[in-house]
Amino acid sequence: MHRSNSEIILDMKNLVVDYETDDGIVHAVNGMNIKLNRKQSLGIVGETGAGKTTTALSILRLIPDPPGVIKNGEIFLEGEDILLYPEAKMRKLRGSYVSMIFQDPMTSLNPVLTVGEQISEVIRVHRKADSEDVIRKAKEMLEVVGIKSDRYNDFPYQFSGGMKQRIVIAMALACYPKLLIADEPTTALDVTIQAQILEVMKDLKEKFDTSLILITHDLGVVAEICDIVSVVYAGSIIEHGTLRDIFKSTKHPYTEGLFNSLPNINARAEFLKPIPGSMPDPTQVYTGCAFYERCKYAVDKCNAVKPPKIWLNDTHYVVCHKYDDIELTQKEVENNGM
Amino acid sequence: MGCNILEVESLTKHFPTPKGLLYAVDNVTFSIKKGKTLGLVGESGCGKTTTGRCILRLLEPTSGKVIFDGKDVTKLRKKQIYLLRKEMQIIFQDPYSSLNPRMTVEGIISEPIKINKLIKNEKDIKKRVDELMDIVGLASRLRRSYPHELDGGRRQRIGVARALSLNPKFIVCDEPVSALDVSIQAQILNMLKELQKELDLTYLFITHDLSVVNHFSDDIAVMYLGKLIEKAPTLQLFENPLHPYTKALLSAIPIVDIDKKKERILIKGEIPSPVNLPDECRFAPRCNYVRDECFEKQPELIEVEPNHFVACPYAKIN
Repeated sequence: MHRSNSEIILDMKNLVVDYETDDGIVHAVNGMNIKLNRKQSLGIVGETGAGKTTTALSILRLIPDPPGVIKNGEIFLEGEDILLYPEAKMRKLRGSYVSMIFQDPMTSLNPVLTVGEQISEVIRVHRKADSEDVIRKAKEMLEVVGIKSDRYNDFPYQFSGGMKQRIVIAMALACYPKLLIADEPTTALDVTIQAQILEVMKDLKEKFDTSLILITHDLGVVAEICDIVSVVYAGSIIEHGTLRDIFKSTKHPYTEGLFNSLPNINARAEFLKPIPGSMPDPTQVYTGCAFYERCKYAVDKCNAVKPPKIWLNDTHYVVCHKYDDIELTQKEVENNGM
Repeated sequence: MGCNILEVESLTKHFPTPKGLLYAVDNVTFSIKKGKTLGLVGESGCGKTTTGRCILRLLEPTSGKVIFDGKDVTKLRKKQIYLLRKEMQIIFQDPYSSLNPRMTVEGIISEPIKINKLIKNEKDIKKRVDELMDIVGLASRLRRSYPHELDGGRRQRIGVARALSLNPKFIVCDEPVSALDVSIQAQILNMLKELQKELDLTYLFITHDLSVVNHFSDDIAVMYLGKLIEKAPTLQLFENPLHPYTKALLSAIPIVDIDKKKERILIKGEIPSPVNLPDECRFAPRCNYVRDECFEKQPELIEVEPNHFVACPYAKIN
């Protein structure tokens, strides 16, 4: 393929997505920037309503419209802005270049088609192959995710939750996509089954050379499978870095709060340290920092002025006034590094 | 050392299905001391919620005894159950479906008080509702709100206030935080812990999340396919799990520490159907250490070290 040489798989610039509802405009995504290289896996971490899923759906251009509107931004997949694509071209991309695994395997399969047909369909749509080849390929994919190929003719209801998620993974990888987006792929599953699915995903990512965006609220899952992490709050990234940057030199007060809220299996403390308050109303527009009301370090400036993006090293940035002072020297580092 | 407030003896609940008997809870025995928390842990379908509901007689147990404060709950007649409700309450998993959408916050919290005629005077009821809302950290301006206007954390606080409204001694917490975001989860867990101290409550804490029980419970009981397979004080269970299933369950939790990679024990397959189970170790078909003897009969729960019970004759103490 002509565009296979590029190292950057995805470059999302300043994405803004609103949902225009009767109750007002919901600002779901406010200026999201994501850059993903080949074979990298990015974890997008955040709580309900942070805009994680909306961001993912934008990459596939699957935002329900109305009420969803992409207000601004560009999404480059290997150098081409897909927001300018006609719908027909976009359809060719979905499932072949970018695939998505949805949260709930119970509802993302068609209950009246056999699982084999559902995997075959992906291959038939995207690849020129005769029907025997398609079936052989689909059976091969079943085996790859650890399901015996003689279950090709079974229906989704004959499988358990973990098995269904394996089938969804088989469908998503059937055309060797360059980018796989997994939206909370293990949230609906039990821990022992989650462990199995994470193993499968790790293996396949290596085998198929796929870049991965993993959307989750579970920092434990991120530690398991991702190289880089973006923490999102109220529709934008508030801290981004390598796994080590985020886990070992946590900078943003929200990220810090997330880690403190987790019951730690190794250190037993009597009380947890939760973040006070709850997620902000997404219809609100902020002049300053969206985390202001819940932040224990907040000063007046945080409410008045949008915090800047401050690079702490080549890989790690934080969006917070707490680090304003080191901005100058770090900017130099950034300039030198570029 | 307090005395046992709750003793569950050989509790069994079978559901008849067209395909045969479904063993939801099978011969489960445990006890909880006053003011303590027992964490009941297991994966979906293991019977932990059914156990909780049988204790409260929200479901009728097939057989077995539930002795609460000296009385056998299973022997109570329909009318006497009202009395029981004042002593034992439940907080449900899903704060989105366990609150009546057509009632205001005030209505939901005061309903148990009215039904049980605990307070008769309207004014005093109002005062009590205010007090309860204050205890669970709900602003009193929300008293006329409807559940749909509130977020998950606040709704779960209503659920807690409702459970507390009758001054119970014992509360079954059925996955009270699994539907909530982590930052909110910690708020609710802290609140439950504080309430326990202040009001001397006893909890049966049902969850699938081992890191939550580790933080929260004094003792832990692990269930698999309707059976209790291991029971121990929390620290002991985490430091020295003995049953192969408990070991796998503990190793499956993704940990947040990136430097501490632990050995993961993957178990084969998934929980089989609980219908018409043969008389063999329930975990045998998935066990990594399975031997022929495991298929001969069901293992009993035996005490292998003080207070540490395990239902596997081959589990070794290190």
